[in-house]
Amino acid sequence: MTLEKDPLNLIITGVGGQGNVLASQIVATAGIKDGFYVTVGETYGASQRGGGVLSHVRFSLQTQCGPLTPEGQADIVIGMEPMEALRVIADFGNPETRVIVSPRPIYPIWVLSGQATYPPIEDVLGGLRELTGEVRVIEPSVDGGTPLPTNVLMVGALAGSGMLPISLSSFEEALKEIIAPKSLELNLEAFKKGLEATAT
Amino acid sequence: MSVIKIDRPGQSVLMMGNEAIARGAIEAGVDFSSAYPGTPSSEILESLARVAEHFGLYAEWSVNEMVSLEAAAAASLTGLRAIVAMKQNGVNVCSDFLMTVNLSGTKGGLVIVACDDPSAISSPNEQDSRNFAKFADLPLLEPATFNEAREMTKYAFELSERLGLPCIIRSVTRISHSRGNVELGELPERKRSPSFEGVSIAGAFVALQHAALHQKLEQAREDFENSKFNWYVGPEGAKFIIVTSGTGWFYSREAVAALGLDSEVGILKIGTTWPLPEKFIIDHLKPANELLIVEEVDDFLEQNIKVLLAEQAKTLGPIEVYGAKSGHLPACGEMNQDKVAKALATIKGVEYSGRDEAYAQRARELVQPYLSPRIPTFCAGCPHRASMWAIKSALKLDGRDGFVTGDIGCYSMGAGPAGYFQLKTIHCMGSGIGLATGFGKLGQFDFNRPVVAVCGDSTFYHAAIPGLINARFNNSNVLMVVLDNAGTAMTGFQPHPGSGIDALGEPAPVVDIEGICRAIGVPVKVRDPFELDEAIEELCDLLQEDGPKVMVFRRRCHLAETKERPQKKVFVDPDKCIGDECGCARFCSRVFNCPGIIWDPTTKKARIDEIVCTGCGVCAYLCPQGAIVIEGN
Repeated sequence: MTLEKDPLNLIITGVGGQGNVLASQIVATAGIKDGFYVTVGETYGASQRGGGVLSHVRFSLQTQCGPLTPEGQADIVIGMEPMEALRVIADFGNPETRVIVSPRPIYPIWVLSGQATYPPIEDVLGGLRELTGEVRVIEPSVDGGTPLPTNVLMVGALAGSGMLPISLSSFEEALKEIIAPKSLELNLEAFKKGLEATAT
Repeated sequence: MSVIKIDRPGQSVLMMGNEAIARGAIEAGVDFSSAYPGTPSSEILESLARVAEHFGLYAEWSVNEMVSLEAAAAASLTGLRAIVAMKQNGVNVCSDFLMTVNLSGTKGGLVIVACDDPSAISSPNEQDSRNFAKFADLPLLEPATFNEAREMTKYAFELSERLGLPCIIRSVTRISHSRGNVELGELPERKRSPSFEGVSIAGAFVALQHAALHQKLEQAREDFENSKFNWYVGPEGAKFIIVTSGTGWFYSREAVAALGLDSEVGILKIGTTWPLPEKFIIDHLKPANELLIVEEVDDFLEQNIKVLLAEQAKTLGPIEVYGAKSGHLPACGEMNQDKVAKALATIKGVEYSGRDEAYAQRARELVQPYLSPRIPTFCAGCPHRASMWAIKSALKLDGRDGFVTGDIGCYSMGAGPAGYFQLKTIHCMGSGIGLATGFGKLGQFDFNRPVVAVCGDSTFYHAAIPGLINARFNNSNVLMVVLDNAGTAMTGFQPHPGSGIDALGEPAPVVDIEGICRAIGVPVKVRDPFELDEAIEELCDLLQEDGPKVMVFRRRCHLAETKERPQKKVFVDPDKCIGDECGCARFCSRVFNCPGIIWDPTTKKARIDEIVCTGCGVCAYLCPQGAIVIEGN
């Protein structure tokens, strides 16, 4: 068990309601199963009512880290919403940061009300590409039926990318422990879809 | 399965700080638990309530923090172990009782958990509850890690019982709401049985009790001198030492490492911050001639350390102290690693930057044009949006420049665009009606603007009833609007006296809001805010009446509602919506501001976002063209 960098800092970002907290809980639980110290720092409170949400997930083999990633120190960023991913990079990114991002926008209230415009997705992705070392775009599943949960889809993509030294079996065990039985099947499917999207 | 009931001692599991506190209480064999919900403290009682049946303990959501502490103290006075949890504002609410129960003393372990919210992420204020420990002469513990939160809670029960005093644990958002490794301890058998002999502190005995309290606190200090929650890391004989507590431990350690100062800067971490373990601190500060104090919110540690340094000037010699007073660290807002690193770099005269400055500038440049911030709003389908619309419309029709005093809850967002900027005041629980009773009595000074006080259902029970009684007693011209959404919604929809269920989800009697209003002698009307026309008309009628009156806008929180039953589909009929030709100025999306309605720039017409819309149908009432259709209507 090794870490390329200690601590290794992952940031998961999205919009209130997308299931940020659950995603960070799954990744962190899997990490602890594999023997890491893991710390998760989350923005809560008013952010659950449509605001931006940020989860810092920090891995170490030596010690319990603090709940906040220092400026410019994100190693991996999971963006469930493209503009939120770019926002995170502005504060926490560096030229080596690796990004896994969903290109589906969720419009802020100012865009809805016509007081601001949402930039073209290609511009947002272009910004991410310019500022970071690697950008993987994961399309949320849209092949009919029930839409797959984006949070677990992205966790699957993270697991498949090999960016984190966490075993697949620990990810799967964590999913089974954390997800309610009635929605487990759907989430396992989302995890598998994400996994296939990045696994090489 | 709840993570706090796992019976595998020694195993490391992921826990939220609040769960770790609950687990610590379980490991101490807690019998009684009570709380009023408040971010970031709510998960402590939620976690305990979830396992209450399993462990045979008692858990309740109390009507407010004062009653919550009193109830827990009662259990303690019979010899049972009790815990009570609250956010910082709750400490203010219960402080009247706190300032006497310290004198009367307690019996079974009584632990008060105060969860502070630095930077007021989910609060109306920022305050440092540690001051209450000093104020009330009570022992204070500050966890620095998740596992320490568990261990300290367990220890706090033992200490409280040994001293016969309540013990305060001060957590903050980044401990309570963060997650990390927690090592599980043994689960004990609970075997206490209650007995009560009576306590008395009023009058002549108070001075005596106060002296005894000081003695108890000295005992706590002795205990703290050898506490495992205080430690030093760093080189022996370090001339520069960081003294820190709570989350400051994380940030200090990372800042020292980031600057590569491990070999010259030591860190003295204090977990028992009142009373200070003076001998332990003096021993470790002997070699130092410079200190940096790192803590969250007030300069509590800084001031108390400075007093100690002054008292020990002969032993310690001159020591330069950096921190809030010197301006190296802020005395407000959340602390973080970057703030500590910058302070340390300035003092030590070294360079610090988290990343390349040119990169940071380019990153900010690229993001700048897109930075329309996401501000919180009422959820799609929220009854408060309709209520705020009704209030705004009624005040406009009334035409006497009426205004709204606000209170604490989801509807606080009514001060912003979500509620059409209607709320003109927000202070503490119950202050909406309290202020309104004053505004309503200013007629003799020729101030005759109508005043509407809004308050939520949970807030009504918590702190608004005395204000309403005052309005009746003094005949103040006030319209109180109770926004009854059937739960304590802002903090996660915990039950309250109107919900019909208790903390364990068992049926409970309903305390009737309008019944209380009638008993006070105030006229009261009840209305579904989604019936907008009637709601506005009735508000207008009530505004015409003298004296206090109440309107209850009753509709269940839509977030809770949609979890239980499927909602109707709402859509825009593209033949009827005529877009900008209408003259409505994009009323539904731009003015009514519901996130479920989108302006489609391609068709130049309104559209419903099917993923966000919850089918409340209020926009269908409002559309001047009747273009928004509720399926099945």
